[in-house]
Amino acid sequence: MPAIEILELEKTYSVGFWRKRPKIALRPLTLNVEDGEIFGFLGPNGAGKTTTLKLLMGLIFPTAGSARILGMEIHDPQVKAQIGFLPEQPYFYDYLTATELLEYYAQLSGVPAAERQRKVSEVLARSGLQNAAGTQLRKFSKGMLQRVGIAQAILHDPKVLFFDEPMSGLDPMGRREVRDLMEELKRQGKTVFFSTHILSDAESLCDRVAIIHQGELRGVGAIEDLTSSVEGKAEIVWHGSSVPTSLNSLATECHVVGDTVRAVVREANQDAVIDALRREGLRIISVTPVRTSLEEYFVRKIQVSQTAAGVKS
Amino acid sequence: MSLRVAYIAANTFREAVRDRVLYNLIAFALLMSAAAILVGQISIGIERLVVVNLGLTAISLFGIVIAIFIGISLVSKEIEKRTLYTVLSRPVQRWEFIVGKFLGLAGTLVVNTFFMAIGVFGALLYVAHGLNPQDGWIAVALYFIILQFLMITAIALLFSSFSTPLLSAVFAFSLFIIGSFAGDLRSFAGMAQGVTRWLAIGAAYLLPNLSSLNVISSVAHQQPISIQLILSNTIYALVYTGMAICGSVLIFERRNLK
Repeated sequence: MPAIEILELEKTYSVGFWRKRPKIALRPLTLNVEDGEIFGFLGPNGAGKTTTLKLLMGLIFPTAGSARILGMEIHDPQVKAQIGFLPEQPYFYDYLTATELLEYYAQLSGVPAAERQRKVSEVLARSGLQNAAGTQLRKFSKGMLQRVGIAQAILHDPKVLFFDEPMSGLDPMGRREVRDLMEELKRQGKTVFFSTHILSDAESLCDRVAIIHQGELRGVGAIEDLTSSVEGKAEIVWHGSSVPTSLNSLATECHVVGDTVRAVVREANQDAVIDALRREGLRIISVTPVRTSLEEYFVRKIQVSQTAAGVKS
Repeated sequence: MSLRVAYIAANTFREAVRDRVLYNLIAFALLMSAAAILVGQISIGIERLVVVNLGLTAISLFGIVIAIFIGISLVSKEIEKRTLYTVLSRPVQRWEFIVGKFLGLAGTLVVNTFFMAIGVFGALLYVAHGLNPQDGWIAVALYFIILQFLMITAIALLFSSFSTPLLSAVFAFSLFIIGSFAGDLRSFAGMAQGVTRWLAIGAAYLLPNLSSLNVISSVAHQQPISIQLILSNTIYALVYTGMAICGSVLIFERRNLK
């Protein structure tokens, strides 16, 4: 059973004061997230990522469609005890200290009184906030608030976690800590669904990603599948300071950097190039299939929709 | 009632207590009581009347200001600051949030009124050199003032669940003022004819009848309050408050938190 099942979920707002007109925030979205995977929900700003997360959290209501988490309808109160949510740029009751806030959330999440203090101390330590536990949140920096946000999301040991832009506002160390935390959550068997527009984060973390743009799903799949080899090309690197003339017709893109040469060749010519290098007595360092980066795939998917929009207009 | 309602109420109470405005208002109310003492000293023979009138009126006005200004932001502030997102993504139902918020502010007002009442009784002791059995009716007037607070808080919460804080404040203040003259509206309905009569009766039932909850003048003159009035006012205020909270819940249950 998938951890998250989204079926034709759709959201349209009515905008305007007198003459209401529809504004589509999310076109029918169908998506499954498997149990125990880290799933990246990618898209540029305003693509519909936060709308999808708000729909899943029951903060807004769908115009059509449905969604299930752990097999339960999203408005089932029982499901809320099994999920943790970090909103984008979180803001908390700033008159509370970090400890008070987490104790309050633990109460609302139904954490038994006997375990509350221990759980709060644990997540404070895990989020690197133990030294600021007694400080009012109004004195916290943006990065510290993001840590509080993560702490409150994992506080009640939920099975499925939803993070909206979890790296936002964090310094490089903080981002690394969040990445480590997400990997640790995966090792514990949790499902993590997170939205981001920082593709390097998604590429390094996710088992699968979905790309959304203008409220519409543009692509979904495993990172390896989306970044499969492009037009059957391979990169060959060897020791040398120049490109042998015998390779001129075989290797089209060659770059000499110091005492190494990098050449991109068609897979069909790969063996011929290797043979030619051996004949020349040059030492081959590596032969790697050329993969498109997630960024290239992302840009291509976004451009497709923009081109289509251009054609329509 | 669910424990979560109590947790939300306790947090709302804590927020109000940590809000320095609340402390200032208490201090100001004590100042008013002190002023009452001064007025009482220069009002020969009517010290008790002046102190009770001024003290209870001050308690009522300060409480109403707190009820409206905190009440209108109970929900809208949580939406605006998005603190609601991390609450409603937990096993908290929307009605629990609304009821918890209401109870938190109601509790704040009761505690606030309690301390202000101590100030009034203290002032009375000071100017009259003792209390007499008729002063017990002051407690009934305080009880009615608290019932007014419940109604106004529920009204402010109702507006807060769908409107902006500014508009909510305007609506809630308007209803408070109109409701304070509800007795006149009912008298007018009794005299009017035809459609005007029905409209006036409809308005009289729809608007909060705060005038019947104002017994400050009677109490200041040491006149007794009938049991029937206490009972009818209690039932009326609780039903009106309950209906306003139900309205808030119905609106909030359907609201998209953009």
